[in-house]
Amino acid sequence: MNPADRFARLPELLAADADLCRRGRWLDADCRVDIGAEPFYLTLRQGALADLARGPRLLRSVAFSVSGTEDAWQRHWRKVPEPGWHDLFSLTKRGAASIQGDLRPLLQNLQYFKDLLALPRRLPEAD
Amino acid sequence: MAPALDPMVGRYVRLEIDGIPHRIYFEEAGPEAGGGIPLVCLHTAGADNRQFRHLLADPEITRRFRVLAFDMPWHGKSTPPDGWEREEYRLTTASYTAAIRAFCRAMELDRPAVMGCSIGGRIVLNLVIEHAAEFRALIALEAADFQQPWYDTAWLHRPDVHGGEVCAALISGLIAPQSPPVSRHETLWMYMQGGPGVFKGDLYFYRVDGDLREKVKTIDTKVCPLYLLTGEYDFSCTAADTLRTAAQIPGVEVHVMKELGHFPMSENPAKFREYILPVLDRIAR
Repeated sequence: MNPADRFARLPELLAADADLCRRGRWLDADCRVDIGAEPFYLTLRQGALADLARGPRLLRSVAFSVSGTEDAWQRHWRKVPEPGWHDLFSLTKRGAASIQGDLRPLLQNLQYFKDLLALPRRLPEAD
Repeated sequence: MAPALDPMVGRYVRLEIDGIPHRIYFEEAGPEAGGGIPLVCLHTAGADNRQFRHLLADPEITRRFRVLAFDMPWHGKSTPPDGWEREEYRLTTASYTAAIRAFCRAMELDRPAVMGCSIGGRIVLNLVIEHAAEFRALIALEAADFQQPWYDTAWLHRPDVHGGEVCAALISGLIAPQSPPVSRHETLWMYMQGGPGVFKGDLYFYRVDGDLREKVKTIDTKVCPLYLLTGEYDFSCTAADTLRTAAQIPGVEVHVMKELGHFPMSENPAKFREYILPVLDRIAR
């Protein structure tokens, strides 16, 4: 599975994590996550994924977006990631990922989003 | 059945820092017969002395060392000074140095060793720069002369973001993935309990006031031995930051700690022990 295919499994991964859903129960947000060149649009309602749209959507509005290179996500999602690839902010600090837009919903629910974006780590390794 | 008591004892000491009265909370543990080499422990920004509870309960350490861990003013159970409600808390190199020296004086410690982590590690570098002769040995954990910032501290104290939760969520990534979940979450809990704006105020020292890039070149480890230990998963103070700093200090001993992050003593006490015991052995010799 390439990184985008792994991220496409997010609905089942989140649905299987009752604790993460519980922690996100106050959250409603629309955001975008780019896995390399491939965008995903997340519609989050009360901490659950109401919709995950894969691929470009013209003029689709989101609060914020998180973009990372394919390599960055692949290394981030290793079972035991290497130092410097193990956290969202270690990726942004090294320039392998970036965050844009209205960051308030992200920072208000930061641990939730970090855990959400790390969920593909639970899938079999791509390499 | 006898109560299952941890060995450390907590007390308050009254002292003045720069002429201002303070009531400082500390915990200590040492040899049963008394004495021991004083070892003062400095917690990270926005946290408190509980980070050192495993060292305080380690007989291999406390049979030779009198370990003292105090809560910085505004942190843990040390109350802020009277009138705190009328000021914005900001830690500086001068105020932090003054607090540590005031504690050592008030406790009548004879040339203590000091071990600090993160901001505590940075200030240890300042202690060896400015006051080396007062100390027996200095241990800086997760320390460097300067580190590249990786987020805007404005997020740490504002009404629309829960301060405790955002502080914990930000620093959670500095913990190594190998650290036991119980220890990880205990470390995070301390961050969730910090007072409003305190973590941000500590980082004023870290980010604005505590740049030691030129000053570390003046360190003389013959006056006071210096040890630098940094976890490989710390991306705030990276191993490269610490090694760069060490390269400017003749005689310094430096270790990169595998499978550890920014909070070695609390995120994985058993792993940290493998690295710190040999250092303490050398200091006790």
